[in-house]
Amino acid sequence: MTAVTPAPPSTAGAPAPADVAPGSRPGGRSRLRPAAGFAFGAALLFAVAPLALSDFRLALLAKYLCVAMVAVGIGIAWGRGGMLTLGQGVFFGLGGYAMAMHLKLADAGPGGMPDFMQLYGQLDELPVWWRPFASPWFALPATVLLPMAVAFGLGSLVFRRRVRGAYFAILSQALAAAMVILLIGQQGTTGGTNGLTDIQGFFGYDLDDPVNQRMVYFIIAGVLLALLALARQIVHSRYGELLVAVRDSEERVRFLGYDPASVKLVAYVVAAGMAGLAGALFVPAVGIISPALIGIVPSIEFVIGVAVGGRATLLGPVLGAVAVAWARTALSERFPGTWTYLQGLLFVVVVAFLPGGLASLWALARRRAERAEVHQ
Amino acid sequence: MSLLWGRRILAGAMILVAAVAVTACGSKTSDEGGAAGVTADVSGDTVKVGLLNSLSGTMAISEVTVRDSIMLAVEEINAAGGVLGKKIQPIGEDGASDWPTFAEKAEKLISEDRVAAVFGCWTSASRKAVKPVFEKNKALLFYPVQYEGLEQSPYIFYTGATTNQQIVPGLDYLKAQGTKSVYLVGSDYVFPRTANKIIKAYAAANGMTVVGEDYAPLGSTEFGTIVNKVRSSGAKAVFNTLNGDSNVAFFKEYKSAGLTAAAMPVVSVSIAEEEVKSIGTQYLEGQLTAWNYYQTTPGAANGKFVAAYKAKYGADKPTSDPMEAAYVSVYLWKAMVEKAGAFDVEKVRGASDGITFEAPEGLVTVDGKTQHIAKTARIGKVGADGLITEVWNSGKPIAPDPYLKTYPWASGLS
Repeated sequence: MTAVTPAPPSTAGAPAPADVAPGSRPGGRSRLRPAAGFAFGAALLFAVAPLALSDFRLALLAKYLCVAMVAVGIGIAWGRGGMLTLGQGVFFGLGGYAMAMHLKLADAGPGGMPDFMQLYGQLDELPVWWRPFASPWFALPATVLLPMAVAFGLGSLVFRRRVRGAYFAILSQALAAAMVILLIGQQGTTGGTNGLTDIQGFFGYDLDDPVNQRMVYFIIAGVLLALLALARQIVHSRYGELLVAVRDSEERVRFLGYDPASVKLVAYVVAAGMAGLAGALFVPAVGIISPALIGIVPSIEFVIGVAVGGRATLLGPVLGAVAVAWARTALSERFPGTWTYLQGLLFVVVVAFLPGGLASLWALARRRAERAEVHQ
Repeated sequence: MSLLWGRRILAGAMILVAAVAVTACGSKTSDEGGAAGVTADVSGDTVKVGLLNSLSGTMAISEVTVRDSIMLAVEEINAAGGVLGKKIQPIGEDGASDWPTFAEKAEKLISEDRVAAVFGCWTSASRKAVKPVFEKNKALLFYPVQYEGLEQSPYIFYTGATTNQQIVPGLDYLKAQGTKSVYLVGSDYVFPRTANKIIKAYAAANGMTVVGEDYAPLGSTEFGTIVNKVRSSGAKAVFNTLNGDSNVAFFKEYKSAGLTAAAMPVVSVSIAEEEVKSIGTQYLEGQLTAWNYYQTTPGAANGKFVAAYKAKYGADKPTSDPMEAAYVSVYLWKAMVEKAGAFDVEKVRGASDGITFEAPEGLVTVDGKTQHIAKTARIGKVGADGLITEVWNSGKPIAPDPYLKTYPWASGLS
């Protein structure tokens, strides 16, 4: 429902023509703002967080940032493109499993098999579809390309047939459910409900070592910043404007001679690639990938983070995803018995009083300040 | 022009980021003591222990009862003077029925709270998720639930039954009753699938036939098809490894299809007193269960446990096998610590072999090698009052054998 009649994007993130500084703000400030913001984010992630947080908290932050990567993708597909992607868990899972399969095989050594296969599958040799993942040159590109290929296949079918709104959301959910059932059913080769656990090494680095955990964090933080830069380029390009146009009035764009299906497809595939990359990095950060992480509930949680943050802005989804994940940890540590109610309450409050998400707080505060100035 | 400038800064920042990432790169060798384990904080006059159970999500209904009985044991021990003169301070965390959350909370309990031991986990998936965390930090987990075996972590004590203390005796019982054919019904996850693998190996070696095998997704309530298949299969008994809510739907369907405990008994391994209450006695009366403990198990130790539990949590609250195993695990930890004379994990592990405890289920003994405990197997029948009464027991505690190495028919399993 929200997908078909989206709220107008907040002024802070409004798409502007690529070569003109946005809005009526003084030119000097707006020129430097994105770069300054980017530098500020980098300083926060690369200097402040590692110094201020313990190893344990930094590892948690690494996990949140992975969720934030998925959110950047959803921000493009849903916030800009109006596609309510309720099945991003599938792409997250494809990336995660591709990476975990490679790491499990690397742990097992050449010719070895992951421990669970002997326990649950009683297999004598590696299944054929596992074999390519032994090579990092296959597995690493696969973490991104596999989700993108699946998204391309699904998207080409769905968008051409003009499936949208609630129907598209339901379809995404069904895909997530189907993938979970498939993984659980093939326990011998996928680890079933347990998933792939106990991942020891990351390309030769021992993941038990806090120094290497820190390295994984830095990689994740770097990738997130890169994805944000990419998202900004997409949003501010001609294509980004077209995407918003498709979201707001698909029929009009069609009559202008564009093919809305291709426009949507690109955003959907990009979002899937980001989710796949997030899944791949989640594995060394957390050491586990399981069906519980990619089913319907986690897929919805990805979207909730974006909604809380503000889906139509660039930073909103990231802030929302991190805030929701952080609140989940903080609340459940403080109130192990009742935190779920508090979390629910938080969602209700944000959606009811801040429909633009956390990102709209800034705009709201600025409007208030301007109004105050006028009154003086 | 403006965007070009922005892009330059952007590119600069990216290079900076890459440089930091590269210089921050880790060491390939971990011999500088990177993974050296966190020592528990026992400096004060209390010792912290972690309680890691799902207080929310689908598993909460079962795991909260385990949490309650761990708390009971902690209070009893504190009232009697604590462990090595220190009062136990329990720190609860919610695993939220979500396996990565279990891993996160385990890490938090170990490295932030610096607990001496953690009690909890229920599903195999949650145990598999936390196992690397405990092994990495060299910290202790006491796992209180019967499980599918095939595991032996040096940092986990398994106080529930492994397969040779629950499933194999259940099959022995069916065999002694002259049952020649069984139908396997289970939830779709690791425990039922592994258990059924073991059952099929047992059946093949003992002249039984497995006439059918069906899995329902966890939480599924659609059992019409499965029950029809069971009915037309002509099996003499059903071996049920369904978990949670699915049992309610399954047994309702079973009864309405005209199947009875007398004609085709169902042996369940995940239905204890608490579940009988929620499924409804009318659907379960006469059906069989395989466990190591029932509320009705005779003995002074159990009388005391049941009375204390009901006094604390209410007269209508039943006690069950996982609750008892959790209660016992706290006492076993206390005995190990006292024998070791220290809270140090390696010393506690070293002291574990041969520790005995007069548990509500009868005498239990810790096997230091497998870190499982010797337990008496008990087959029970659900009565009209919702309680389960024993119809057979193994006579003496069965030594744990998580990999079924002493059973010739199981040689191909591990």
